[in-house]
Amino acid sequence: MDAAGSRHYPDKPAKVYLFGTCLIDMFCPEAGMSAVHLLEREGIEVLFPADQTCCGQPAHSSGFPEQARAVARAQLGLFPEPWPVIVPSGSCAGTMRHHYPEMFADDPQLQAKASALAERVFELSEFLVHVARVSLADRGAPARVALHTSCAARREMGTHEHGRALLAQLGAVEVVLHEHESECCGFGGTFSLKHPAISSAMAGDKVDALKETGAETFLSADCGCMLSLNHTLQKQRDGFQGQHLATFLWQRTSGEGGQQ
Amino acid sequence: MNTQPLDFVPASEFKQRASGAVADAHLRKSFRGAMDFLINKRAAQFPDPVALESQRALAEHIRKYSLARLPELLEQLERKLTDNGVKVHWAENAEEACAIIVGIAQRHSTKLMVKGKSMVSEEVELNHAMAAAGIDALESDMGEYIVQLDGEKPSHIIMPAIHKTKQQIARLFADKVPGARYTESVDELIGIGRAVLREKFMSAEIGLSGVNFAVAETGTLCLVENEGNGRMCTTVPEVHIAITGIEKVVEKLEHVPPLFGLLTRSATGQAITTYFNMISGPRKPGEKDGPGEMHLVLVDNGRTQAYGDEQLRSTLQCIRCGACMNHCPVYTRIGGHAYGTTYPGPIGEIISPHMLGLNATHVLPTASSLCGACGEVCPVRIPIPELLVRLREEAQHDARPGHAPLRGQGAAKSRLVDAVWSGWAALYTRPAFYRAFGWLATRFRALTPPMQGGWTVSRTPMKPAARTLHELMAERTKR
Amino acid sequence: MSARDNILRRLRAAPQGKAPLVPDVPAFYAAVSAATPPSTRAARIELFCEKMAFWHGEVVRVTAANWPHKLREICTAKGVRSLLYGEPSAHAEALKSAGIAGLKSYDRPLAEWKKELFEDTDAGLTSTRGGIAETGTLIVWPDASEPRLMSLVPPIHFALLDADQLYDTLFDAMQAQRWSDGMPTNALLVSGPSKTADIQVTLAYGAHGPKELVVLLLVNEEEVQ
Repeated sequence: MDAAGSRHYPDKPAKVYLFGTCLIDMFCPEAGMSAVHLLEREGIEVLFPADQTCCGQPAHSSGFPEQARAVARAQLGLFPEPWPVIVPSGSCAGTMRHHYPEMFADDPQLQAKASALAERVFELSEFLVHVARVSLADRGAPARVALHTSCAARREMGTHEHGRALLAQLGAVEVVLHEHESECCGFGGTFSLKHPAISSAMAGDKVDALKETGAETFLSADCGCMLSLNHTLQKQRDGFQGQHLATFLWQRTSGEGGQQ
Repeated sequence: MNTQPLDFVPASEFKQRASGAVADAHLRKSFRGAMDFLINKRAAQFPDPVALESQRALAEHIRKYSLARLPELLEQLERKLTDNGVKVHWAENAEEACAIIVGIAQRHSTKLMVKGKSMVSEEVELNHAMAAAGIDALESDMGEYIVQLDGEKPSHIIMPAIHKTKQQIARLFADKVPGARYTESVDELIGIGRAVLREKFMSAEIGLSGVNFAVAETGTLCLVENEGNGRMCTTVPEVHIAITGIEKVVEKLEHVPPLFGLLTRSATGQAITTYFNMISGPRKPGEKDGPGEMHLVLVDNGRTQAYGDEQLRSTLQCIRCGACMNHCPVYTRIGGHAYGTTYPGPIGEIISPHMLGLNATHVLPTASSLCGACGEVCPVRIPIPELLVRLREEAQHDARPGHAPLRGQGAAKSRLVDAVWSGWAALYTRPAFYRAFGWLATRFRALTPPMQGGWTVSRTPMKPAARTLHELMAERTKR
Repeated sequence: MSARDNILRRLRAAPQGKAPLVPDVPAFYAAVSAATPPSTRAARIELFCEKMAFWHGEVVRVTAANWPHKLREICTAKGVRSLLYGEPSAHAEALKSAGIAGLKSYDRPLAEWKKELFEDTDAGLTSTRGGIAETGTLIVWPDASEPRLMSLVPPIHFALLDADQLYDTLFDAMQAQRWSDGMPTNALLVSGPSKTADIQVTLAYGAHGPKELVVLLLVNEEEVQ
């Protein structure tokens, strides 16, 4: 695990790859585009391999390792140059960084490839803080926001700290804490489908905690958590909605109103 | 009120019970409050994360080392205990364990056995076996006494009656304890329990206890407790029977302090418990109290199955602190009874399949969002989320080549689910098809089904965006 | 094949990767204590008293000369009508000459006076083998003259602890007293009176054992506050 400060970070590169993730691809592409804009503004060229699909996490966590390996393996060859691979999702980044090497444990060649890739994988906010070393200029109106960090992002990638570090650069943004902040939002991939009653209870508690802060919106660096909570709120006919962290950062700092 | 001992409710009805539990506002509130209390107490014990990690690393090392030498250590323990005058028994399963204990009790014409806290005795359902033999088995830990009096099972391994309010306990005592008046004073309620149980300690022929650590080099059984009922059970009756899983052995006495220190801090946020009771044998000639006869029952009950696989073996590192359940968002929502197993929560999800088989338990490893809170707090660093994933795999597939099948291997196999994941893999390994699928899904997003299984129970349906990121990025390249 | 054979056979048949190294527990504790300032007798006494108070135990600083007198005062104040002690023991003579009312010796096997012990004994006095400052803990090793139940059944437990025998940690005590050379039939660590939080996580004392624990801490004249 990447305990804070334990990872060695390279200098800012000229180019990076973007791994968009399957959820962002289909359900929140604007988050992917915001990531591209944020990176490009730092003078970094963003390469988007067209053959990318999914990191393989859904099958891996559901107990279908063979299928997970097949899909993961299809991603291994997509990033041939030694550029960093930026993932705007903590849990997908965690899968590629921590689980890829063990997924191919019985094939030394593939494992070497997986390990080499894992070394270059960065969650977006981690990359912005530690590699691109951005300094953000806030151009938005005063706002209160809450932050929900996915569990994998928090425990495998330290994303909660990176997200906070970025938001702290925004002068007019106040980040408020919510009750049981480190607790899971109930998404858990296929868990939300298999155990809807429990998952709903967890999601319900999380949206209550987020709303209680009085924040105008909540942010998450993971599309899965964000979608799960937003759709829960929509079902409750609640106007409170969350945004992907990348989208929020881009909107606040580019002066663009929101639409890409 | 239910006066019969509850049978183990099958784990297969887990979902139904879980749904009932999350709808129970009182239960939700009491578990949330209790778990928050325990979480905060634990956190206060570990102010320095670096120091905590070094303690966890040592504890994990000791447990792994002990397990690696398990057969030798068990033999050494048996030898030492035998030298100390303790009779050692081995039981492959629950039935054998109960038969051994019932046999000892019958030899002593036992009418009453008082029990200290022992999860293994719950696991083998000893109370049923004793009742069938016409022998009273009375729980003496206050929490266990309360749930037994109400015909229930513990809902937490450290705090058995955590699901009950003091009002419920007040009513229970007033109804069931002769001479007890209704009182909501916790001190008075404990006083009632104390008075009843002191009588029982005096009259019981046998005391039964669990074991927290068994030390091979000295033949010492260590018991951790706050109340003193464990000391009563192991000292006052003429016969003491200890029952434990085979994994509890450590080689040396010096291995105990690091484990003990983490156990109490992780469990209840206490630096130490009131009593740490180290028993190395029955009373010697000249000693005026303590049991004249002592037994240890070593129970397998599926543990050797976990031991047989190098990854699953780490399940046996567990020292039963309960921190994984205290920190589990699922356990916090549904409480211990919903699991239908002796050990609830994350540890229960990974150990119950070995004890009861995957046929009965395959749903349990799926009852986790894999948030990782359990693994993060585990004092002996059991990688619980990884083991949950592994058991999901074993439940849905034949055994890996070169691995012995687990009990109930493949119990959740489904052609439909296999086909879904194979189809998923086929799509996600063919980029052109994947892009075409994305193109279609976005163009026909208006046709997204309004009901999406479990997802739409409390959420609006997922709907694809107008364009995929792939398309947006491809357009940029063209421009 | 017996159950024993089957279990051991299954364990031995399991694959074993690289054997883990022997855990170096002494090195761990040495590193911990190297990182903290060396402990002094005064600091150990302070810490022990603080922790024992946290566990709801009372600590009374006494000297070798005045402890029987102090004990008599406390017994009177607490209304103790019968005090159980053990013989032969280092403190028995001093105790007997202090003029404490209701002294009785644990001089028979339990079976001969179980009811009296449980129902008609207010307090018990035991010696200790030492204490642990870090956790506020007494080390009690019952034996033939001071049996196990003396520290459990009477509602008040008095314990004599010599400040010379205070250790920093459980590990230190274990090593210094060479416990692994041979353990008694029963050895105890006691940190406060019996307690439970089993009803709504509300702490209550005197669950099954003593409701009160009073430590008579033997210190030098100048250490008495």
